[in-house]
Amino acid sequence: MIIDVFYPVLLFLLLLAGIWTVMTLNLLKSAIGLALTSAILALLLFRMDAPLAGVFELSVCAGLITVVFISAISLTKPLEGAEAQARDRSRIKRFIYLPIIVAIVGGILYALHPHLDLFLPPDSLETDVRQVLWNVRRLDLVGQILIILAGVFGVVILFKDRADTKGGTKS
Amino acid sequence: MMLPVHYLFSTGVFFIILLTVTALYCILFSRNLIRILIGLELLTKAVTLLIALAGYITGHMALAQTMIITLIVIEVVVIAVAAGIVIGAQRHNQSLDVRTLRNLKG
Repeated sequence: MIIDVFYPVLLFLLLLAGIWTVMTLNLLKSAIGLALTSAILALLLFRMDAPLAGVFELSVCAGLITVVFISAISLTKPLEGAEAQARDRSRIKRFIYLPIIVAIVGGILYALHPHLDLFLPPDSLETDVRQVLWNVRRLDLVGQILIILAGVFGVVILFKDRADTKGGTKS
Repeated sequence: MMLPVHYLFSTGVFFIILLTVTALYCILFSRNLIRILIGLELLTKAVTLLIALAGYITGHMALAQTMIITLIVIEVVVIAVAAGIVIGAQRHNQSLDVRTLRNLKG
């Protein structure tokens, strides 16, 4: 077991990064906060003997998805002037309760201290990730490939529609 | 210093629930479409951690890792398509406010 006393510290940092991501007013900072949350989660995965999942989390979630979010933010027009100020005031009013609610839920969970039954089955026959991925979950991989194809077609259709509308070549 | 399994599980679940509450609050109270997607992302972080924790404690880490990889793939596809839809909606309505989507017809 690699998990040690840093485990609760990392969990606390993960929650803190999540709350900051939600509460920050700037959308760009919010996207960066999400990347930070992913990086902390990747660190947790590395410490939990899941290096492959950690690498995926770090490269795809902290990297690729952040790029997608930043691209989406840069492609959209932000509010300016009085509208932006009104939006910020409204947002502060709505989100000021978040830390209080998280603290209340945390307090309730701590006070109730629910007993969580742990059913520990015998160890898996397959302990190698590659064996599980290519042998045990072979059919799931087909589904995974179909999902990727669906996503690619979805994005292509979205951008194709927009180009057609702009150019006015098709109805 | 090693920690007992029950402590690991309880602490993990405690923080996972709090992260889920944060993400749900973001999804429910945000009016910006991109922020709603960020809330969705946070929710998947909580699920990822839950799968990893379950795999670690039960000793099925290999299976848990493959599940996490599948989850990440689905997550990327959902976010890519949703970001495309958000950009399209913003160009159509000149706003990222979710309330402007009420005007959509058809």
